[in-house]
Amino acid sequence: MNIANPLTPEGIWVWVAAILTMAVFSFLYRENPFYRFAEHLFVGIANGYAITFYWHRILVPYLFSPVSQGQKLYLIPIAMIGALYFTRFIPKVSWLVRFPIAIALGYGAGASIPRSVDATIIQQLKATIVTRASFADWQQGVWAVIILLGVICTISYFFFSSERKGLLKPISYVGVVFIMVGFGASFGYTVMARISLFIGRLQFLLGDWLGLIR
Amino acid sequence: MKRQLPLLIVLVVGIFAAAAFLIPHPIVRSVDEVFRNDVLRIIAAFSLVLGVGSILRHHFIKIKRKAAHWPFSYITIVALFISAIIGLLGGIDPNRPGILPTQVGGFSFHIQTLFSNIMVPLAATMFALLAFFMASAAYRAFRARNFEATLLLAAAFILMLGAVPLTRIVIPPLPDFAEWILAVPNTAAKRGIGFGVSLGIFATSLKILLGIERGWLGGGGS
Repeated sequence: MNIANPLTPEGIWVWVAAILTMAVFSFLYRENPFYRFAEHLFVGIANGYAITFYWHRILVPYLFSPVSQGQKLYLIPIAMIGALYFTRFIPKVSWLVRFPIAIALGYGAGASIPRSVDATIIQQLKATIVTRASFADWQQGVWAVIILLGVICTISYFFFSSERKGLLKPISYVGVVFIMVGFGASFGYTVMARISLFIGRLQFLLGDWLGLIR
Repeated sequence: MKRQLPLLIVLVVGIFAAAAFLIPHPIVRSVDEVFRNDVLRIIAAFSLVLGVGSILRHHFIKIKRKAAHWPFSYITIVALFISAIIGLLGGIDPNRPGILPTQVGGFSFHIQTLFSNIMVPLAATMFALLAFFMASAAYRAFRARNFEATLLLAAAFILMLGAVPLTRIVIPPLPDFAEWILAVPNTAAKRGIGFGVSLGIFATSLKILLGIERGWLGGGGS
């Protein structure tokens, strides 16, 4: 057993990380002050880091540096519009916050219209349509047909404009089957991702901290 | 002025953003590039004010009213200020130190050290914790009560087993079957849902541009 030495510069941080890890895991027993401490510390440091990141990685290189060198002077009014976010906390002029939001929201909404139609409708339709080329490998061709049928059935499940009877009823039921398998796959994948994180934390505690494993 | 002008800005900027994707003219493209790389980036950076301001206000109010667990609010506030000061004055790149020294002897308290030794372990452990809660929630929610729930459970179980290296030795075809579930029925379901989501994004974006959806204006000033 080779426990990390808390008297070395690296060892202190290993101990800090280990204690915080244990504090979060203590929530498995019940909510307690150790967990609450870790939770509040996380929120504080995450926000402090975000401030640092936005300052050093965005505001300095994209605003202050070029403007101080006399370049991109059109950014000055943009920065003033951005600074209107501060008015959110001044009740009398809080409505001014709508201007920076309007620019960001307007661009986001406008840009998402053609992009979402292109990426999630046109390109996905192209990939779903079965052509002769899909059967270059017969097995891939069969899978392509199953995907096409699955997509049609899944869409039919979300067709609420008419009562689910006649042909629509069995087709939408097959859609439910596909949806359930899809959700199950997503769920299983998410759980495995979380478990791999858990294994990572155990490796840290048993390896880096306690030195029980390599 | 207070409502109509922001709505007009949304409409004009939105139409430009949509048109820029469809018009491959170099001038339109270069204006769009400036918009994305400079304007939006800077405005987005300032939007952090809203988040940080809201968190600080929430915790200050909690302390003032001595609400439940209020002493912990001090931890958030102190951690936020200390890490922000260290980051702003000490620099974000360990190789380019700022005006604040972030190393005493061999001991470093640089913002990246705080990130690696506090934020990363805390974030990873919080997400790891979710494995337990997801498992117990799934047991309660998806108990195999009918055929559909059984399908969901079976797909999840096969996916989980397929991701374990030992399964390839014990049940050799299972990992390939798990891959097939991901590549075929999962893709079909996700595509079908994706079409609906995309149409939803389209409709919501249009409602925002046309000023039908005005929730973002909030209260205050009409």
